[in-house]
Amino acid sequence: MKENKNVYWTLFSSTFMLSAFTFGGGYVIIPLMKKKFVDKLGWIEEDEMLNMTAIAQSSPGPIAVNAAIMIGYKLRGIIGAFVAAIGTVLPPLIILTVISQFYQEFKGNQYIGAMLKGMQGGIAAVITDVVIGLGGNIVSKRKLLSNVMMILSFVAVFFFDINVIILILVAGLIGALAVIYRIKTERRT
Amino acid sequence: MVYLELFFSFFKIGLFSIGGGYAAMPLIQEQIVVIQNWLTMKEFTDLITIAEMTPGPIAINSATFVGNQVAGFTGSIVATLGCVVPSFIIVLILARIYFRYKDLSVIQGVLEGLRPVVVALISSAAISILSLAFWGEEGFSLNLSDLNVLAVILFAISLFVLRKWKPSPILIMLGTGLIGMIVYNIS
Repeated sequence: MKENKNVYWTLFSSTFMLSAFTFGGGYVIIPLMKKKFVDKLGWIEEDEMLNMTAIAQSSPGPIAVNAAIMIGYKLRGIIGAFVAAIGTVLPPLIILTVISQFYQEFKGNQYIGAMLKGMQGGIAAVITDVVIGLGGNIVSKRKLLSNVMMILSFVAVFFFDINVIILILVAGLIGALAVIYRIKTERRT
Repeated sequence: MVYLELFFSFFKIGLFSIGGGYAAMPLIQEQIVVIQNWLTMKEFTDLITIAEMTPGPIAINSATFVGNQVAGFTGSIVATLGCVVPSFIIVLILARIYFRYKDLSVIQGVLEGLRPVVVALISSAAISILSLAFWGEEGFSLNLSDLNVLAVILFAISLFVLRKWKPSPILIMLGTGLIGMIVYNIS
């Protein structure tokens, strides 16, 4: 990997830019992080990114901050985690400090409202693009269990609002049992 | 001391909000409206509106805003720190465990089980965002007049550009934001 100084700077500027342009919280920023760190920089593998997302998801606190901490830690240990967390927190800190000074004017501004409304279509496209990539990968591996779990958990979350933590615990347990079962059957044969 | 109160109120919010975004909202309301009386309910609603219109996690936005209203710039820093410290400690512990044991076959199995769930979670969020963009707050409707045609066009063009040329998502957002600003203001 590149020399340390460059990695820290790229880590900081990437998390800063992603956080500055991400409206709508964790589920929006994670696909963007995946695009940046997996597809563009090639610093993290896709499977690893999904593992880290699951951990960020099930930890307390803002998902965007958790994911940044995981990515920073993976790349450069505790200092990396610190750099990524600062990069993620600074944009909202700066923006909200400015806004809280004169928030009445901001709220009523028709240009800002129109801009945010236009961005909704763009952000929907970005996330759809990532979903096509990730879902396609699961499908193309042709593992029955993974595909069934993907469909079932989608139904559980989207239609029945099942708690995310419960879902993650159950899926982890099923995954562990599948491995234990596989090892046992391999021993027998 | 107000700084300590700010720190610990947001420490609790950071520690107990699991699932991000809207899951944190009731906790924030309890701490800053009910327990500490830092904001009225009306101001809290304004805060949520602002948080939705600006980038960044709702919890961080709230911490900065409330900290600033209660104790100026230092207040916003203290509150934001309080909100992030629990994440930092817990995620670092989990990260250490993950990177040390991830090669064990059982952990591999657990992680393999988690991947499709994460993809499903992101898909579900994608559909909610798509629905908000196409039909607004009321959600899906079969009535064609409820459909925001500009949003559908922006979505289709953006998706095509993304799949074909793979530009930075930030460019897509700036572009659609600019078009939105022009077109919605003309019509």
